[in-house]
Amino acid sequence: MATTDLIPEVNLTVPSKGMRRFGERVVHVALFLCASISILTTIGIVVVLLLEAIQFFLDVSVIEFLTDSKWTPLMDPQHFGIAPLFCGTLLVAFGSAVVAIPVGLGTAICLSEYAKPWFREIMKPVLEVLAGIPSVVYGYFAIVFISPWVRTIFPSAGVFNALNACIVVGVMTMPMVISLSEDALRAVPRSLREGAYALGATKYDVTTQVVVPAAMSGIVASFLLAISRAIGETMAVTLAAGGTPNATINPLESIQTMTAYIVAVSKGDTPAGTLEYRTIFAVGLTLFISTMLMNLLAQWVLSRVREKYE
Amino acid sequence: MIDPIAEKRRKRRKVVGFGFTVLCVGATLLCALMLVVLVVSIVREGYAWLSWDFLNNFPSRHAEDVGIKTALLGSLWLTGLTALISLPVGVGAAIYLEEYASDNRWKKLVQVNIANLAGVPSIVYGILGLGLFVQWMAMGRSIIAGALTLSLVVLPIIILATQEALRGVPDSIRHGSYALGATRWQTVRLQVLPAAIPGIMTGIILAMSRAIGEAAPIVAVGGAAYVGFVPEGLKDQFTALPIQIYMLASEPKAELHEVAAAAIIVLLIVLVCMNALAVFLRYRFGKRIKW
Repeated sequence: MATTDLIPEVNLTVPSKGMRRFGERVVHVALFLCASISILTTIGIVVVLLLEAIQFFLDVSVIEFLTDSKWTPLMDPQHFGIAPLFCGTLLVAFGSAVVAIPVGLGTAICLSEYAKPWFREIMKPVLEVLAGIPSVVYGYFAIVFISPWVRTIFPSAGVFNALNACIVVGVMTMPMVISLSEDALRAVPRSLREGAYALGATKYDVTTQVVVPAAMSGIVASFLLAISRAIGETMAVTLAAGGTPNATINPLESIQTMTAYIVAVSKGDTPAGTLEYRTIFAVGLTLFISTMLMNLLAQWVLSRVREKYE
Repeated sequence: MIDPIAEKRRKRRKVVGFGFTVLCVGATLLCALMLVVLVVSIVREGYAWLSWDFLNNFPSRHAEDVGIKTALLGSLWLTGLTALISLPVGVGAAIYLEEYASDNRWKKLVQVNIANLAGVPSIVYGILGLGLFVQWMAMGRSIIAGALTLSLVVLPIIILATQEALRGVPDSIRHGSYALGATRWQTVRLQVLPAAIPGIMTGIILAMSRAIGEAAPIVAVGGAAYVGFVPEGLKDQFTALPIQIYMLASEPKAELHEVAAAAIIVLLIVLVCMNALAVFLRYRFGKRIKW
C-alpha cells in the first residue's frame, strides 16, 4: 500500500483487516444509537405526558377538564376546567400575532424587495440578536418597561396584564416571521418580477400582487410557526401576564397561560403522585398537542409550495 | 396630450407605492429601535449595581446584598455538563444521518422527528425532565437532572447545525478518501469532520448560548431560587442565572428589579462573548480550507 505513505498522518495499515471491520461496526452502531436518542426523546415525551395525564383523567373526567369554566386545582373547591388557561394562551397567541405579523411581514418585504445590500447586512445581525435574547430577559422588559407604558395609556390595566404579554411575545416571535417570510419572498423566481415589470407594473404592484402571492404559503407557514412559538412561550408570559386563570378576552386583565401554570406549579415543591402534580402533565399534554398541531399545519402548508415550484 | 384620468391614476399609484415603502421601511426601523430600547433601558437600569461584590455574593432578599455567585457557578456547571452530554450525541446523530444512513424510511422518520422536536416548547422538555429524570430515575432536583433536560432541549439544534456543516463538505473529498482505501469511519474522522469543524463549532456555540439563557425547563426540573452554597457535585441542588433573573424580576420591589437588570447585563455579556467566539471561529477556521 504505497499510496498511504504519501499521507503521513493517516496510517491506514496498522490495524488488521478484521479489527478494522469490527471497529467500523462499533462506530456504526454507536452513531446509530446517537440518532435513535432523538426518537427516544419523542417517545419519552409522549409516554411521560400520557402516563401521568391518564392517571389524572382517572380522577377528573375528560368532560370536566374540557367543559368546566374554572381552573382552581390548588384551592378549595377544586375545579379542573382547562378553558381559562387555554383561553389565556389563545389570547396571547392571537395578540402577539397582531403585533408580530404586520411588523414582521413589512420588515421581510423591506429586506427582500426594497433594501440595499448594506442595509440588509446591518439588519440581519440585529434580528439575530433579537432572536437570541433569552425569554426571561423579555419577561423582565415587559414588567419593568412595557407595563408602566401600557398603564399610562390604559389606566384601568393592572401591573400584570395580557397586553404586556402580547406585545413582548410579539417582539419575540417577530424575528422568526421575518427570517422565514424573507426566505420565502427571496425564493420567488426573478422571472416573475421581470415579467410583471415588463407589463408596466410599479414596484408596489409587483410586490403586493406578484411576489407576496407567490410566496404566500411560505409566509403563512411563518405566521403559523410564530403562533406555535407564542403558544409555547413560557418565561416572558409568566412574568408579564400574571397568574390568574381567567377566561377573558379583555387584554387589560391579568391572565394565566398553560405554560405559566406549569411553571407556577412545578417551581413549588408539589409532591409527586398528587392530583396537583398530575395537573402539570395534563396541561403539558394539551400544550404539546396544540403546538404539534400548529407545527404540522405549517409543514403541510410548506409542502404544498414545494410541489408548486418543482 | 395627457389624458387627465390616466394622469390622476398614475399619481395615485405613485402615492400608494411611496406610502407602502414608508410602511415597510418603518417596520424595519421599528425592529432595530426595539433592540436599542431593550439594551439601553436594561443597561441604564442595572449598571449601577454591577460590582465585584455582586458577582461574588450569595443570593439574598436584600437588594444591596444580592450576589449571583451561586447562579453563575450553577450556570457554568449546567452548561458544561450539557455540552458534555449533548455534543457527542448530537454530532454523532448528525454523522449517522449524513454519512451512514441510507435514504430509507428510518432516516426520513428520524429527520422529521428532529424537525418536530425543534418545535416543541422548552417547558415541555422541563415536564419530561421532571417526570423522567427527577421522579422516575430518582435524580431529585439536581444539577445532573437539569443538565440532561437542557441537553434534550439543545440536541435538535446541534444535530441540524452539524448536518448543515457536513452537507457543505463536497463529495469529491469523500471519494478521494475512499479511492485511497480509507474506510467510512476513517473518511469521516480524518477528512469530513475536520473540514466541517467551523460550521459545527458555530452551531454548537449557538446551542450553548441557548442553553445558558433557557429558564423554563430548569425551573420545572427544580432549579431553586435561593441556593446558599456553591455546587460541588452532580447531585447538588442548583440555581442558574436565568432562574435568578426570573426570581428577582417577579419580586415587587423596584430595587430588586434593578438588581435583576444587573444580572441580565452579566447574562448578555456572556452571550455576546460566546457569539463573538462563534464568529471568530467561523472566520479563523473557515479561511484555512479552500476547495
